[in-house]
Amino acid sequence: MRLRERLSKLGAMKLLRGTKLTGELARLQDQLDHLREEPSAEEIWQSVELARHADRPYTLDYVERIFEDFFELHGDRGRADDPALVTGIGKLDGRTVVLVGHQKGRDLKERTKRNFGMAYPEGYRKAMRAMALADRHGFPLVTMVDTPGAYPGVAAEQHGQGGAIARSQAAMVRLSVPTVACVIGEGGSGGAVAIAVADRVLMQENAIYSVISPEGCAAILWRDAGEARKAAAAFRPDAVHCLELGVVDGIVAEPIGGAHTDPDAAAKLLEEGVLAALDEIDGLDPTERKRQRRAKYRVMGVLASV
Amino acid sequence: MSSGQGRVDVEVESKRPDEPAQGQAHPNTCPSCGSHYRDDELEKTLRVCPQCGHHFRVRARERIEQISDPGSFAEEDDSLRSSDPLGFFDLRPYTERLAEAEVETGMGDAIVCGSAAIEEMSCQLAVMDFAFMGGSMGSVVGEKFVRACERAASVEVPLVSVSASGGARMQEGILALMQLPKTICAIDELHESGGALISVLTHPTTGGVLASFASMGDVVLAEPGALMSFAGPRVVAQTTREKLPDDFGLAESNLRFGHLDGIVPRDELRPTLGRLLRLFARS
Repeated sequence: MRLRERLSKLGAMKLLRGTKLTGELARLQDQLDHLREEPSAEEIWQSVELARHADRPYTLDYVERIFEDFFELHGDRGRADDPALVTGIGKLDGRTVVLVGHQKGRDLKERTKRNFGMAYPEGYRKAMRAMALADRHGFPLVTMVDTPGAYPGVAAEQHGQGGAIARSQAAMVRLSVPTVACVIGEGGSGGAVAIAVADRVLMQENAIYSVISPEGCAAILWRDAGEARKAAAAFRPDAVHCLELGVVDGIVAEPIGGAHTDPDAAAKLLEEGVLAALDEIDGLDPTERKRQRRAKYRVMGVLASV
Repeated sequence: MSSGQGRVDVEVESKRPDEPAQGQAHPNTCPSCGSHYRDDELEKTLRVCPQCGHHFRVRARERIEQISDPGSFAEEDDSLRSSDPLGFFDLRPYTERLAEAEVETGMGDAIVCGSAAIEEMSCQLAVMDFAFMGGSMGSVVGEKFVRACERAASVEVPLVSVSASGGARMQEGILALMQLPKTICAIDELHESGGALISVLTHPTTGGVLASFASMGDVVLAEPGALMSFAGPRVVAQTTREKLPDDFGLAESNLRFGHLDGIVPRDELRPTLGRLLRLFARS
């Protein structure tokens, strides 16, 4: 923990792949990596709890701190406006970008309205509409991922939840503009990856990203949702693990104690992380950028052979 | 309540098939009308119940025999095996589950891929098998599907996929989730090369497979009665506490809501695929 404090003080913990860390930072980083090689079950669970913390900043909390003149875009132009997923255009560091992000609610009323950040297919269709807008006008796309998962309901299925998630990913694969995704809380399964297929995928230090929720995994494999801690320790949804596997390209530091302790500082760090990531991919030719994006996903996975 | 009470867990996978109503029914007993058949009888009817038309599950290799021209199938990548990147251990180690599945099914993983001909039209095939760990998609399924896309693109033939899956394989953690964008990238490249994907959904196609390649076909077909939902009926019922419609998530409901191009009874699948392959043929 002390080490992590020092690291945070040294500035953004930009672990962007390919970025050379130097001097003190590099040495601390090595130590940190070593220390975090096998995070304990408790440390992993701590991430799970911080990622779901009731006071954790949500997408719009970051938007109001990072974006200037943000204009929200509503509706999928087909059926509805899904409040669990927000889209809009705004200025980031002086330039217009498109934002897509899950949105949870702060109090009971808003939580219900936002459906706990669990989007319907209409939400993903709204996201695709915003992505198309970005592509049309050459605006970079920034997404913020924070959902327990896509909503599992009758209407959601009838409106094509699976297909919407697939097509949203496909839309991101095809974009010619630079794209940066950041997991800012819960990266819950298909509902998360639907808006997280990007040139650079970042993860906040205490965010989680997983194929299934710890409770869901425990319910299936341990037949007891109460074994969520064990499940989390087994599949390791923490940021360091995701970085090690190459699933994310960088970790964005949070204020000590978690993003909720100082949302302004967390927003500053997030902004720096997103801008640094955008910088890396901005100069690339669109065709080359798309090629690299696909090549990154092409090698994901671990195989054996007989 | 941070996200405790109101929190809903999306189950991407259900390792177990929907359980037969009364305990462990014999696999050759029709769950729909109760008729019982010898294995050779079912084989002759393409595993469709002659009494009521119920479509039994079909193993991958038998499916390939059903839809492709005799002797035309040449398997590829059959030496690929799953690795255990997480050292995953729930009640049993993942490696043990893998070994057991291989012994039980005689397959290396939950998908069989290769080149074939259907009514003399060349194509690539990617056929899933629910018997191997619930047809779950991990790195191997993703990789084999991607390679099938790449072969289809390079030899300029369409890819026909037949899916049957409970979703992503959670024992491979986040890497299993990454197979969604990975397969979708491959389909994008296939489409860019001018190639087509014909996706056939069989019972059940749920979770991560429905939320990736299975939904991305230029033409999407399903077998009668196939469950195709992102979240399984049990999860949806628990979450919403409402009574599910009788046809929840079934192919028939999906056709009505516009998510399918057609429902094709099993005995019509081969001619239907042949027809589509001729329509997509590049002259």
